[in-house]
Amino acid sequence: MRGMTLIVKTITALLIGFILLFGFCVVLTGHLTPGGGFAGGVILAAALLLVVLAFGADALKERLGHNLAVVWESLGAIGFLAVGALGFIAGTFFAHFFAPKTGFVLFAAGSIPYLNVAVGLKVGAGLFGAFLMLAAFRETERAGREEGD
Amino acid sequence: MSATLAILYVVLAFMIIGAIVAVETRDLLSSVLCLGAVGFGLSVADLVLGAPDLALTQLVVEIFSVVLLIRTVVAREDTTKEFIRDTPHVAFMGAVIMAIVIGVYVCFQALTPFGDPPMIMGQTYMRAAEQAGAKNLVTAVVLDFRGYDTLGEATVIFAAIVGCYALLRTRGRTAQHEGHDAHS
Amino acid sequence: MLHAVLPYVLCILIFAIGLYAIAVKKNLVKVIIGVMLIDTAVNLFLVLIGYRVPLRGAAIAPIITPQMGSSRQAVSELLGNAVDPLPQALVLTSIVIGLSVTALMVVMALRLHQKYGTFDLTQITKLKG
Repeated sequence: MRGMTLIVKTITALLIGFILLFGFCVVLTGHLTPGGGFAGGVILAAALLLVVLAFGADALKERLGHNLAVVWESLGAIGFLAVGALGFIAGTFFAHFFAPKTGFVLFAAGSIPYLNVAVGLKVGAGLFGAFLMLAAFRETERAGREEGD
Repeated sequence: MSATLAILYVVLAFMIIGAIVAVETRDLLSSVLCLGAVGFGLSVADLVLGAPDLALTQLVVEIFSVVLLIRTVVAREDTTKEFIRDTPHVAFMGAVIMAIVIGVYVCFQALTPFGDPPMIMGQTYMRAAEQAGAKNLVTAVVLDFRGYDTLGEATVIFAAIVGCYALLRTRGRTAQHEGHDAHS
Repeated sequence: MLHAVLPYVLCILIFAIGLYAIAVKKNLVKVIIGVMLIDTAVNLFLVLIGYRVPLRGAAIAPIITPQMGSSRQAVSELLGNAVDPLPQALVLTSIVIGLSVTALMVVMALRLHQKYGTFDLTQITKLKG
């Protein structure tokens, strides 16, 4: 997939760090401010989508390839189940497995921050992987059509 | 009529006009952009109704879905002829929609009025979550009290994305299969 | 009396427009747009159910801010007047599920266009690929 013009590439290269940082911030402080795993995950997916649209999918094939998206999505799903299974230490499934601290600190409220991170990874990597497959599919379709002419 | 209600009505009117234009216009790119406008209207409505997480999520999700739809619609030729817009068809469709709306108006008189939620579990969750130490009560309900539902939702998203991967597979076709497909 | 029902009615009007698009339109992209409109309308309906009119000012979101600190009176006043968090929790997952379903539908539409060359539903059911 071809990228966009030089202006778009330069602006993307300047801004991508801030967008990813904002996404991580929304995921990590999901138990204190509005946001959480789902909103932060979709923001991360949209940031990676911006990179793919600006630079082209084949220019990034080794760094942001399809295998990376699949691996991170599976890690997010396994992490969610692992945090739930670790709740068996404290009694039932999904119980808080250490005493929840109150207050406005980063690691308060039991196992909620870990669940937020797992969900954010899962949603972000999954949506990005689906879009990457779509971009690769369109490229093979266009190549096939150009060969057929 | 309070300011919240006035803003809500304006946003709902914007969404209805956007929905009608998105469904009726003949140009596909314009209808996708109008659908984006409906989604942004929903995000503003969420903000007015006191749901900031939903406004944030809906905004980014709407951007993502508009990008997906534009990538399918642009540069694909399409020769669809919609059905001829003569008066009996339009009148019939208009009558069906008005029947739905009037039926809903009559039936929803029996619901609790707007602005007075009937649920008791919400109050219970709020008190328990505040004692457990969470500050964002919506996240506490999603991940702590309703953790199983979130697990089910993660499964649904996983299934949908694996479905996308399965439908878009081209790695199974090697070079000789591509020649085979071109002949058939 | 009208204000108690009118937001729900307008929301169901969006649902009816989406249903009309699914039932009547021949273009596959218009059908996808209809499904997304139905999803939007249902999410809006759930959020409208959970709204509680505040005593004054704007709607109170169910989030404990640092300004309230640890005063029990402020927190319990919040809990009495805040918007109900349970429908919001349901809608939060529903929005992301709607996006995944949209992605799946778009992928199916692309495959159909690759095979049949058009988005027209009458053509697609006629041809045998």
